[in-house]
Amino acid sequence: MEILTWTYILVGLTFALYIGIAIWSRAGSTKEFYVAGGGVSPLANGMATAADWMSAASFISMAGLIAFAGYDGSVYLMGWTGGYVLLALLLAPYLRKFGKFTVPDFVGDRYYSNTARVVAVICALFISFVYVAGQMRGVGIVFSRYLEVPIEWGVVIGMIIVFFYAVLGGMKGITYTQVAQYCVLIFAYMVPAIFISMQLTGNPIPQLGFGGEVEAGVPLLDKLDGVLDELGFAAYTDGRKSMTDMFMITLALMVGTAGLPHVIVRFFTVPRVKDARLSAGYALVFIAILYTTAPAVAAFGIYNAINSTSEKPISELPTWVQTWENTNLIQVDDKNGDGLVQYLPDPNQNELQIDKDIMVLASPEIAELPNWVVGLVAAGAMAAALSTAAGLLLVISTSVSRDLFKTFKPEISEKKELLIARIAAAGAVVLAGYFGVNPPGFVAQVVAFAFGLAAASFFPVILLGIFSSRINKEGAIFGMLVGLVFTLGYITYFKFISPEQNTAEYWWFGVSPEGIGSIGMILNFIVCVLVSRFTPAPPASIQEMVEEIRIPRGAGKAIDH
Amino acid sequence: MPTDPKQKTKVYWKKNLQTLVVLLLIWFLVSFGCGILWVEELNTIQLGGFKLGFWFAQQGSIYVFVLLIFAYVFWMNRLDRKFDVDEE
Repeated sequence: MEILTWTYILVGLTFALYIGIAIWSRAGSTKEFYVAGGGVSPLANGMATAADWMSAASFISMAGLIAFAGYDGSVYLMGWTGGYVLLALLLAPYLRKFGKFTVPDFVGDRYYSNTARVVAVICALFISFVYVAGQMRGVGIVFSRYLEVPIEWGVVIGMIIVFFYAVLGGMKGITYTQVAQYCVLIFAYMVPAIFISMQLTGNPIPQLGFGGEVEAGVPLLDKLDGVLDELGFAAYTDGRKSMTDMFMITLALMVGTAGLPHVIVRFFTVPRVKDARLSAGYALVFIAILYTTAPAVAAFGIYNAINSTSEKPISELPTWVQTWENTNLIQVDDKNGDGLVQYLPDPNQNELQIDKDIMVLASPEIAELPNWVVGLVAAGAMAAALSTAAGLLLVISTSVSRDLFKTFKPEISEKKELLIARIAAAGAVVLAGYFGVNPPGFVAQVVAFAFGLAAASFFPVILLGIFSSRINKEGAIFGMLVGLVFTLGYITYFKFISPEQNTAEYWWFGVSPEGIGSIGMILNFIVCVLVSRFTPAPPASIQEMVEEIRIPRGAGKAIDH
Repeated sequence: MPTDPKQKTKVYWKKNLQTLVVLLLIWFLVSFGCGILWVEELNTIQLGGFKLGFWFAQQGSIYVFVLLIFAYVFWMNRLDRKFDVDEE
């Protein structure tokens, strides 16, 4: 069967599955809509968290990003996994014990202030919108590449699917579709990776093949270092970023991960505090399967790409090069007219342009796998994009219905609140779809910075709110604002106002905009503590609440509103 | 084990913090330490087909992160039972 037919069949089947689950798990109450009734098993929640977390970017782009960055790509690997340790140890169990539905809920209650709540809502909405627009775009791109429909149609189809289960099912629908989506995406990622690993190194486990040998006595990584060095590139296992910048970017990504509202909220869905801890462990296991495979896929991909093109006659390039030339993901331009491909660091002499997405998208063809595997990868990429989009849309709708409406109009009935939540989710889907079709130039730039913003705004005030009973509302509000404004200002300056100055020479302390969230976070901490010291302590009831959330017992009966 | 409930809570929290400090120290050492700060020194050591520092940055740190969370789950469950604050 043709690739296109397989793709339609596999993508169609998975979509039918998601819609089936959505109908089966319709939410009947606000508690089901917000936190799936609070009865999700830790294992299912771990899977759902992994799918929620791994976006289209993780699935499609990350391996390619690492392939071209080499050692520098480690910031993503460590940053996007290490955050779960912080989440599991410092936030998840206590937030579960607190027992409400959203991050602004916690901020508003702990800091006994609706101003703090509104600041938190603004942060949550901003981070989620930036992030979701990128996902919708991802859905559109996958559609257009695999199903040969225009990007706009791809976005619209994606919107309809997400609309179905996010609006109908709320958190309950999302949770169970995410479990299915995790299974689809990890299977789709592993199959080509295993085959390529076997082909190159003879070892079926990519994590081991990564350190395997390509020819007798020559490890893949040494060979790759040698090949790149010969062409004039930096060695694969060496860094180009400064140590300070590596450190700061990794820290910003870790802390940002722990502060992302759509990830935190997943830990409100399990029954007990000990389940919150355990499910963070499961989540990281499921994430680590992909995250330890990705660097192997990266190394295999770049090695294969160079090996099969560099100094080869243009007429004899493998067929996958020609296939992907059609989509402009690979471009060959024989500048010196010698009929051979030269892959070189100097842009004026380089004749081969490879898009980073190719490392995953073309992997089934590079490994000469059957056509159904290509369809599988398409279905996996869709699963990754849709699951993340749905999680973010839920945060947006909850923020509107619960944190804004319910707070300022506490008398609305549960039925009405549920309706508002659904309308908000529908509105968010449409808005995200609009940005997916007409991406504002800043979206791609800003997605990576959602982490910096989450790190600089939420993480410090949640952490201090749990581990200190002295931090008061003045400290929290000023801390969040200073962290957010500083980080946003720094990023805006270097990315939009003076992009020509975006080099290490001009950066403060040698920290790039990607890593500045770490400094923002530290400022937030300092401001929070200092302002709290010079303003009155929180009321006794709040101090009791802090004592209370530190003890696991009693989480089961926590707040049923 | 103190009998006064207020004192008991205090001791429980202190033990919890000690667990966190130990685990976060390891978290820092494998990622920021082995993966970034000492990467060049460690790269002189070979682990199979990997340079050790590179392996920590792209593989090892992630494996340790997973182990850390499960160690935390195990220790905290034990601590909760010991101080009788666990959930039924």
